[in-house]
Amino acid sequence: MKKTKLFVLTALMLLSLGVLAACGNGDGSSSAEEEQKVEVDGSSTVFPIMEAVAEEYSAENPDVKVPIGVSGTGGGFEKFIAGETDISNASRPIKEEEKKLLEEEGIDYTEFKVALDGLSVVVNKENDWVDQLTVEELKKMWTEGEGVKTWADVREGWPEEKIEFFSPGSDSGTFDYFDEVILDGAQIRKDASLSEDDNVLVQGISGTKNGIGYFGYAYYLENKDTLKVVPIVNSKGDAITPNQDTIQSGEYEPLSRPLFIYVKHGSLKNDTVYDFTKYTLENAGSMAEAVGYVALPDSAYEEALKKIEEIAGK
Amino acid sequence: MNLIDKQLVKNKMGRRLISNKLIKQLFLIATLFGIVILGTLLYRVFTQGVGYLNWRFFINFASRFPEEAGIKAAIVGSLWLMVITAPVSLILGVGTAIYLEEYATKNKWTQFIQMNISNLAGVPSIVFGLLGLTVFVRLLEMGRSIIAGGLTMSLLILPIIVVASQEAIRAVPKEQYEASFAMGASKWQTIRRVVLPAAIPGILTGGILALSRAIGETAPLLMIGALTFIAYLPENIWSGFTVMPIQLFNWTSRPQEEFHFVAAAGIIVLLVMLLIMNSVAVFIRNKYSKRY
Repeated sequence: MKKTKLFVLTALMLLSLGVLAACGNGDGSSSAEEEQKVEVDGSSTVFPIMEAVAEEYSAENPDVKVPIGVSGTGGGFEKFIAGETDISNASRPIKEEEKKLLEEEGIDYTEFKVALDGLSVVVNKENDWVDQLTVEELKKMWTEGEGVKTWADVREGWPEEKIEFFSPGSDSGTFDYFDEVILDGAQIRKDASLSEDDNVLVQGISGTKNGIGYFGYAYYLENKDTLKVVPIVNSKGDAITPNQDTIQSGEYEPLSRPLFIYVKHGSLKNDTVYDFTKYTLENAGSMAEAVGYVALPDSAYEEALKKIEEIAGK
Repeated sequence: MNLIDKQLVKNKMGRRLISNKLIKQLFLIATLFGIVILGTLLYRVFTQGVGYLNWRFFINFASRFPEEAGIKAAIVGSLWLMVITAPVSLILGVGTAIYLEEYATKNKWTQFIQMNISNLAGVPSIVFGLLGLTVFVRLLEMGRSIIAGGLTMSLLILPIIVVASQEAIRAVPKEQYEASFAMGASKWQTIRRVVLPAAIPGILTGGILALSRAIGETAPLLMIGALTFIAYLPENIWSGFTVMPIQLFNWTSRPQEEFHFVAAAGIIVLLVMLLIMNSVAVFIRNKYSKRY
């Protein structure tokens, strides 16, 4: 009985201590403004690049804090508009309604491209008939109600075997981009298996002989051995395989997409944010390549650097 | 003698024995199914993750190199979260339970409250995340801080704690109350000296299990904007933070296979943490609850 009582007492004391500690820091938020901090949030696609940049930057500048969140492109913009972040990562350009909200809030910002990603259309290794696809064929295959069931429906001479479709989920920027350039806003076929996890798509396609799907270049690069990438016919009529060179030069289109960061002008006046943004633009190319994306041509980063100098008035 | 038709019994005996055996096998298969799945899962996680499980894994921050990636920020973040969640949810939860069981008169109104508490326990966690985002992060301007996350998590597990505590309090024998009142003790004295000591094992068991749930939750924290990468440790409850499940989720969605192994190592750490918490709950229950 005594033991139990002691136990209860200690438990209660610990609890109240915890509460006191919780309340004691009530005015601690003011100190947050003095510390050197760059708040970053947004797309999960851009995250690996920014993580790599922040990792290097923190190693060189241990006093500066660079927290990065992954709220998705849309969620990131929401926080950007609410004034909670300095930099917003995005795997698509900002939408009109987001622009309008930023205007209402009086937030000036600039868009910078940090890297390129080539959406790769992939099929199973055993698929030896698909040698290339055109944008029209892709659209016909993926649109609901076009009646494509087997490979023979896509192009004559291909086997009459039922195609299995794999696509990133409709919340992802990858889906948005595919929807925009290939589907043109049409409804994606309803029998496609959607997954928010690209690794699930990789497994699905590598395990299904008649599977086809698409995702970021990095996922193809990591699974080269189990997947076959399909060359896509570009607007000049050439079938182009996505790789470092064709994505960077812009030959691989229309499925190459730029990845962005949006930087608040007000934050650039702050030396820490300016310094970090500068560091990002100087290193984004090599960091992007390190995590499986493609760097922009050097000139693009140089231009961007000039631009932030102008904005910050340096 | 004629009351039992031996022949009839004999005829049916075979079928009865067979169905007895069949049912037994069926339940055995059901049990094995779970065990085999769990076994495979553990085997996979351990074979994948054990190679990355070393001291560096605990003292490094997240990194773009799988060999250097560590879980330090996430572990510390999860612990910080518990510093808020544990006291807030236990105090509020036990308080509610005591009021509902001991003080509140049983009428329609308390029944209504009771029903809502039970319903709240089944609300999807993402809804609590939305609530946390609107109330704590935006309205009370706590930002994406540990305190906002901790309070959101407290709300999430509060119903579980209330229900568990009520059960524990209800299990205290009525004779104990009567004895206490007979000695002239007041209600509060009875609650403090008789009811709570007897109910504490049940309350703590429920509480710890609820906290284990909080430690494994991701959705509400993603909703309120918990971070994914931080290369520093939270200093106080106003700091931004990340927790283990978020870190694991991020690693598993990477294209590089090595990161999946890193995630497996993280899962082992999380599993061990949960096992420890659950063992503490079992220990408390066994040690303190054999008194009646």
